[in-house]
Amino acid sequence: MKTKTVYEPTRGLVDRDLTYCPGCTHGIIHKLIGEVLVEKGLLDTSVGIASVGCSVMSYEFFNCDMQQAAHGRAPAVATGVKRVRPETTVFTYQGDGDLASIGMAEIVHAAHRGENITVIFVNNAIYGMTGGQMAPTTLPGQKTTTSPTGRNVVDTGLPLRMSELLATVPGATYLERVSVHDPKHVRKAKKALEKAFDVQTNKKGFSMIEFISTCPVNWGMNPNDSLAWAVDSLIDYYPLGVYKDGGDSDAS
Amino acid sequence: MAKVLMKGNEAMALAAIKGGCDAFFGYPITPQNEIPEYLSYHMKKEGRVFVQAESEVAAINMVYGAAGAGARVMTSSSSPGIALKQEGISYLAGSELPCVILSVMRGGPGLGGIQPSQGDYNQITRGGGNGDYHVLAFAPETLQETVEIVKQSFDLADYYRNPVMIAVDGLIGQMMEPVDVETSVPKKTIPPKDWAAEGKSGERGKRNTVVSLHLDPYMLEKHNFALKKKYDEMVDNEQRFETIQTDDAEIVIVAYGTVARIARTAIEALRRDGVKVGMIRPISIWPFPEKAFATLGEQSHTLLTVEMSLGQMLQDVKLANNGKRTVRFYGRAGGVVPDSKEIIKEVYDALGRQSS
Repeated sequence: MKTKTVYEPTRGLVDRDLTYCPGCTHGIIHKLIGEVLVEKGLLDTSVGIASVGCSVMSYEFFNCDMQQAAHGRAPAVATGVKRVRPETTVFTYQGDGDLASIGMAEIVHAAHRGENITVIFVNNAIYGMTGGQMAPTTLPGQKTTTSPTGRNVVDTGLPLRMSELLATVPGATYLERVSVHDPKHVRKAKKALEKAFDVQTNKKGFSMIEFISTCPVNWGMNPNDSLAWAVDSLIDYYPLGVYKDGGDSDAS
Repeated sequence: MAKVLMKGNEAMALAAIKGGCDAFFGYPITPQNEIPEYLSYHMKKEGRVFVQAESEVAAINMVYGAAGAGARVMTSSSSPGIALKQEGISYLAGSELPCVILSVMRGGPGLGGIQPSQGDYNQITRGGGNGDYHVLAFAPETLQETVEIVKQSFDLADYYRNPVMIAVDGLIGQMMEPVDVETSVPKKTIPPKDWAAEGKSGERGKRNTVVSLHLDPYMLEKHNFALKKKYDEMVDNEQRFETIQTDDAEIVIVAYGTVARIARTAIEALRRDGVKVGMIRPISIWPFPEKAFATLGEQSHTLLTVEMSLGQMLQDVKLANNGKRTVRFYGRAGGVVPDSKEIIKEVYDALGRQSS
């Protein structure tokens, strides 16, 4: 009987166990990035920037040159790499605590300069690695270890929508929010990643794909319920879609 | 090449270009603004990289990325800005990335002032970043010495895979002096940067990672010991100093940078009065040149440390002296530059005599 390969792990990831908790969607997002880099022939000339948070170990997983950045500073580190090695593909992989809280200045200004890099932003509305504290993206009423009775928006404000915020920055070129809660959306997310890396390859400037993700452990839910909550609650506050396609300078 | 009259900050910027700086990332702060201003034009002209970052924090992390990709990189700042860079400097040291950092010191603490100071000696030699690390640090006295050290520093950074800081006070940054930037400087043999994460995993046949994270305590301790070995090598090989008329000196001034210049004037005047006074001038401030103190004869009974701070290098002088001689201190702060007459008075006080 003849056998044929219908599926195999992507060469874009190192063949080793991931450190992420069971049921979280980091694994799917990693796989999509690895696949896109391989399929576009970019993997061997890429530099990825790992951030601080659950993705701190991501330099162990992407099968290309990697640098590990200080908390929030991945877009600045990526800027340094891209400016001295413009022929390489440079991407950051950051969570919502890293990108939307401590790293707010670096992400906004990387977009502002129209830095020709691709940012992968994984938004699960909580600090995962440190044990479930409130993030700027935590939903109103959402219980975390630093908002034990639920996020009180009077004290802590309403959650930040980063794709919408960056869409107001003239230098940003491509911004899309996607989800990986079912196969249809996984395929759509992959297309978004392809688009983002194409923007970089074509030297069109700053691109960011925001992934709505889950954190079963810190949300206190099983993986299925987590996916359902991501759809019902997170996507309701963070609508999926393209927030920017083409730089303001292109439009003029 | 003939000497050219240049402002200190611009001379340092030009020396960086001559030293092979590929990329500069910086942020405006007085009194070092002429460095990014000069480089914004001249780096672009040379086809090299210049980025004005959104903050000191971003600038040092851009340095990290570019250094991690194998480039020769520099940033510059002044006291509060260097404070902001400390996190990044710790990461650079931890990830063993080479870079050059120019520090043009002004008065502090806090926003302090914008006049020259040496109040960041501890910040530079002890470091405000976390963990067991050191940076090679030099504190030159003249613009000629400054440009030569800046030129060499890229080699030193690459050789040790470690940040190198050049600390001058605002006076050296702002004054003009004739300099020859073409002077040849000692070279180091630099191994290829086969560790760099620069997007060549395909060509190399393996992927490189630039990290400062070691979650296993035994692995981190091993890394700490490896770094320590490197710092010990710096202590053995990179102590730099000048001794001035110390052969017969009964009293030895210890001063660096601008203060050393003023002390020279004081020494000339004192020698004319028959006072046996000399000077140890540290050029490296980390490693501190303790070897200089071993060169002193038995007749040297007193060390007079003079700083534009309230006694920071003083601690290193006391450690190097190890209780052998009397240690005295004179300092001005806040941006006030001492006069040679003040130093002369301190020397006479130390000798228990009145000025003649």
